[in-house]
Amino acid sequence: MDLKLLVFWVFSLVLIGAAVGVITTRNPVQAALFLVLAFFNSAIIWMLMEAEFLAITLVLVYVGAVMVLFLFVVMMLDINLLPMREGYSKHLPWGAAIVVAVVVQIVLLIRVKWAGSGLEQPAPKPAEYSNTEELGLAIYTDYLFQFEVAAVILLVAIIAAITLTMRRRPDTKYQRPHEQVQVQKADRLRVVSMNSEDNQDLTGKVAKAPVDAGGDAGVAGNAGGTTNQGAQS
Amino acid sequence: MIPISHFLTLGAILFGLSIAGIFLNRKNIIIILMSLELMLLAVNMNFIAFSYFLGDTAGQVFVFFILTVAAAEAAIGLAILVVLFRNRGSINVDDLDQLQG
Repeated sequence: MDLKLLVFWVFSLVLIGAAVGVITTRNPVQAALFLVLAFFNSAIIWMLMEAEFLAITLVLVYVGAVMVLFLFVVMMLDINLLPMREGYSKHLPWGAAIVVAVVVQIVLLIRVKWAGSGLEQPAPKPAEYSNTEELGLAIYTDYLFQFEVAAVILLVAIIAAITLTMRRRPDTKYQRPHEQVQVQKADRLRVVSMNSEDNQDLTGKVAKAPVDAGGDAGVAGNAGGTTNQGAQS
Repeated sequence: MIPISHFLTLGAILFGLSIAGIFLNRKNIIIILMSLELMLLAVNMNFIAFSYFLGDTAGQVFVFFILTVAAAEAAIGLAILVVLFRNRGSINVDDLDQLQG
């Protein structure tokens, strides 16, 4: 058996099993983990189709960011699981019937249109071929405008997610920078006009200080004066 | 040697399973969002298969944009979910009848 075919069968069967796990498990955390498994397996299958950049992007962006976001939200919300399951067995026959019909129709169409189409699997690309380089060339030349639109979509998503979930609590204290930069000197500093105090006592101390120093040189008297000034102010 | 019909059939089965997920878990918005991600994965699988077998890079570029939009959709959907849970205390789909639709 061809090795590639074997890899395809193994990973696609695990992928289908993981998808069944996502839709049948009772616990949303388990569903998210099954979805992570499904993403890993489909990354391998994309590798088989020589879409290396997208396979790595799937692991990095989906498993690394989106599924972690899912897990955060699932674990943050305190969900009562019991009412979530009601109607599961009631919808099961109808859901299964419709899904089987859809899948059988699509597979029949694939059989008719593509199975005998003679579309051969292309020869493997040489070792120096870079899928990332080719994708980058296509994105930055032919699809530049679409690329910029995608960037704007991501920006809008960031802003929307933040504005939706941001909440202002009334009891929290905030800085108000627009008021801080507009403050004037008069708002903060108050100049008081008052009469000079009676500093009879102060002059007495100043006069007394050299006397306490014991009639030393003028330097000591000067030092006593500064000390008194410091204490008074 | 893997024929293209294998990849397309795998995509079809994934798509069907995600439809089943939306049918069966219609009370639980989180599982519905995960089924949507799975559905986009199935679509991407088809795009990459055709891109590979027809030798055209455009399919991969399209998958790139689908991944972008899916990430934005997941972020906004989960943000709406968090706000909903904060306001209503429940994410049961049956409780969300304020708009009387």
